[in-house]
Amino acid sequence: MAKIIYIEHNGKEHVAEVQNGLTVMEGALQNDIPGIDADCGGSMSCATCHVYVKEDWYNKLPKKEMGEDDMLDQAYEPNSNSRLSCQISVSDDLDGLTVHMPEKQV
Amino acid sequence: MIKTDVVIVGAGPTGLFCAHQLGIIGLKCEIVDNLDKIGGQCIELYPDKPIYDIPALPQCTGEELTNNLIEQIKPFNFKFHLNDRVQELTSENENWIVKTTNGKEFHTPNVVIAGGVGSFEPRKFPTKSAEKFDGTSVLYSIKDKTIFKDKSVAIFGGGDSALDWAIELSNTSKVSLIHRRDEFRGAPASVKRIKDLSEKNIINLFTKYSIKEVKGNGTLEEIEIKSEGGEIKILKADYVLGFFGLIMQLGPIAEWGLNLDKKTIPVNTENFETNKKGIFAIGDICTYPGKLKLILSGFHEGALAARGCFKYARPNEKYRFEFTTASNIIKDRLGVK
Repeated sequence: MAKIIYIEHNGKEHVAEVQNGLTVMEGALQNDIPGIDADCGGSMSCATCHVYVKEDWYNKLPKKEMGEDDMLDQAYEPNSNSRLSCQISVSDDLDGLTVHMPEKQV
Repeated sequence: MIKTDVVIVGAGPTGLFCAHQLGIIGLKCEIVDNLDKIGGQCIELYPDKPIYDIPALPQCTGEELTNNLIEQIKPFNFKFHLNDRVQELTSENENWIVKTTNGKEFHTPNVVIAGGVGSFEPRKFPTKSAEKFDGTSVLYSIKDKTIFKDKSVAIFGGGDSALDWAIELSNTSKVSLIHRRDEFRGAPASVKRIKDLSEKNIINLFTKYSIKEVKGNGTLEEIEIKSEGGEIKILKADYVLGFFGLIMQLGPIAEWGLNLDKKTIPVNTENFETNKKGIFAIGDICTYPGKLKLILSGFHEGALAARGCFKYARPNEKYRFEFTTASNIIKDRLGVK
């Protein structure tokens, strides 16, 4: 279990306890946190679960696997801190992880 | 004007199998899809990815699944209307009048929405200033490449569309290729060709840059691009092309007066009819308690929706359940003995 902090583009903060093994994307959906669409349901084919992760946490996350950056090219306003939240698997180590949502996903 | 028993919106696996079920029970249908090919997400998003949860198919790709479904409905000769989108839905007497973007009009008692997460549309530039040039000098697809001859063209993106067009247009235009990182996801041969052309100064290549501003008074004159570090460059441009892939938008479906729950349409689980008589929703776009977004669930939903269509298409007939193994009528419809 890890506490994940989701911050909407307008600054509104949501905190959710997310079970180990779920993804950060699933954590948002299960807790009705707005800002993550996840149109493709987590198959890494749509780039609508895009989040920004600040450096301190970004470097602690497991590295991006093949294909994630390709998909991020197609996200809304990606930058070097961008991740797809469907590719971040929650574990105890991620307790306190903060992700920022973009202005919109599509 | 085309009269039919059912219009299916969406040619993904769910729409295709629903068409099969309609054919089996003796109904006609017309299938409309915004993409230029049949297969929906399976063909657009993951043609080569293996799928492991189609019953009785231990493994198949999105493309194989699509091809098999097309094969399965061949006997019925249903017509596909690709590159077209259902725009308007109005009711008249017991019928629905369905109008498409390309000006087609269908009259039908039944509409089956198998639209997935909506229709695929090109992802556009986030920049506000790009909007006023949209469709004139800011483009997301190319219909006539001759308009770019001897012009300055700024191409954005890192996939095959961006690379292929950069290579192609560099023959006749002054091309800049701009991408947000220094790796490209296009075919290795194209990436190599781009690097060659860049070294020969035939293409101006800017990596780790993205668009900042589009400028011009009436006509497009120049664009500003910004590096990750905040450095700004100004490029002269007559045209800007963006190839950022496709996103899915619910589009006009939202305006048809259907109940909506976020981006999905609530249905009953008896025949997958929506709150409107004769309008059904199946596959990823429908929702009900326990809904699973699996292709196999879409197949089941399509089979039941087809039976739901029967009572409006043949109000004076009684639907009779038959097995394909035993029914001579069904075998006739399939053209088998």
